[in-house]
Amino acid sequence: MDNSARMKDLTLPTLGTVVRVEELRKSYGEVCAVDGISLEVSRGEIFGIVGPNGAGKTTTMDCIVSMRRPDSGFISVLGLDPVSQRKTLLEKVGIQQQESELPDRMKVREAMELFSCFYKNSLEATGILSKLGLSDKTESFFSALSGGQKKRLFVALSLVGDPEIVFFDELTSGLDPQSRRSMWDLVRGLRDDGKTVFLSTHYMDEAEKLCDRVAIIDKGRIVALDTPDSLVRSHAFALSVVMGIPDSFIENELESIPGVLEVFREGVKVTARVRDSSAVVEIVKLLVDRKIELGDFHTEKSTLEDVFLKLTGKEIRN
Amino acid sequence: MLKRYSKLTRAEFILYLREPSGFFFTLIFPLLLMMLFGSIWGNEPFPGENFGYIDFAVSAFIGMVILTTGISGLTTSIAAYREKGILRRFKAAPISPLLVLMAELSSLFVITIMGMLLLLAAGVFVFGMHFYGSIPEVVLAFVLSTLSISALGFIPASLAPTARSGMIISNVMYFPMLFLSGAALPREMLPPFLQTFSQILPLTHAIELLQGLWLGGHLWDYPVQITVLCGVMVVGFVIAAKFFRWE
Repeated sequence: MDNSARMKDLTLPTLGTVVRVEELRKSYGEVCAVDGISLEVSRGEIFGIVGPNGAGKTTTMDCIVSMRRPDSGFISVLGLDPVSQRKTLLEKVGIQQQESELPDRMKVREAMELFSCFYKNSLEATGILSKLGLSDKTESFFSALSGGQKKRLFVALSLVGDPEIVFFDELTSGLDPQSRRSMWDLVRGLRDDGKTVFLSTHYMDEAEKLCDRVAIIDKGRIVALDTPDSLVRSHAFALSVVMGIPDSFIENELESIPGVLEVFREGVKVTARVRDSSAVVEIVKLLVDRKIELGDFHTEKSTLEDVFLKLTGKEIRN
Repeated sequence: MLKRYSKLTRAEFILYLREPSGFFFTLIFPLLLMMLFGSIWGNEPFPGENFGYIDFAVSAFIGMVILTTGISGLTTSIAAYREKGILRRFKAAPISPLLVLMAELSSLFVITIMGMLLLLAAGVFVFGMHFYGSIPEVVLAFVLSTLSISALGFIPASLAPTARSGMIISNVMYFPMLFLSGAALPREMLPPFLQTFSQILPLTHAIELLQGLWLGGHLWDYPVQITVLCGVMVVGFVIAAKFFRWE
């Protein structure tokens, strides 16, 4: 499709699409944070964006929820323009920001009461707080909360206006494993209630287990966007066979087996990456034929993390 | 709209009172100073006058409350809101940032009134204070002074590049006004050159106006003071409107 046809197409609302972003761009001075991102989110899905630090996740989200003004591009949220219809939009979306604070001496209950009066329709604070395990903290000052409790309070605040779409930026960073799991349950519960969830995370297992669709972002661009399963299937090896082989060198023979894509050794650990399970059978046959003494033998499924590292590289970013 | 505004104002008000240093310096410290100086000088009428020390000085202590909320209180709250990203959270709610600012100003205004009432109560009940002015005129002067000094407080809040430098600038404004404009010490005790210098401090004019009206003067007797205060108010709010940034 040429560009003009594309732009024309944007004016037609797609059924069930609640967030629509086309060619979003945003720079801070010389630094280009978002460099042409396009995506669509359907009603009732959990949509995740993952990416290294500084990939443009927060900026993308900020532009969608009208916290920042994009340099160029088209954004529509529930049919609303974030720039010109900001207030109407903020009535209908809930936002948990990565970096935000409340006054130190504000109590949890007071914060909930204050923010609920900003919305036309608001939910009962006690219900939300108990869902987030904050029922016994209602009289605590904000400054007395732990990092995880603060995060849960901001999630509670994002839900107080009974939003149609909830935006979570780094929902579970800084949370202990129990809180992470209960946060996942909460997110799934929101989806079951018919709400749409748009989240960013840098935990790959979280994206894989929680999200219906995932966009991998790197250097301000989307490098892949699909369901976690499809991403793993199309971008990663299906399986890794991990073998503990202390004193035989059979790497070359392993590599010659059809379906084996890559073999490498780390100390006594030999890993063969294979396309499918038939190659695993061949590997086992070889090991039996050669009477190899095995210290360990197991297979590992590729994960979204493998896809992520493959697509974004392994060097450390700032 | 009104409900949101009043809830926000209430919240800001409670937060201010919970801050021990804010509470002390706006409500307690001026009262303590007045009690201290009052116990030294009493309120016996000065020779040939119908007013004593407290009748004369209560306006100065009211000026001190206005100064503390307007310069110190405002800069501290705004610095915290900006630096810590509290406003970011408010910005994600369907309200105007202006509403937050209005609530902040209103709550500080209420606290200023409370500080004034405490001083008046102590003046009346402890020192048998007299009042020779007209209440509407004094109220008007009080409102004008408060708005003018708050507008002045917006200048560092708007122009300073960081919250820290804003605090420093506000302290540079705060302390000279506290000691030289007659708020903490009577200006008459200062050497002549400092008395002349203190004429450039807006609070000096606020205190002169309040003092004059308290002792029976009228608004039209103080054109210079009223002009200065109105001027400062306009300049402060124009600078704030032009340069004030939340982030």
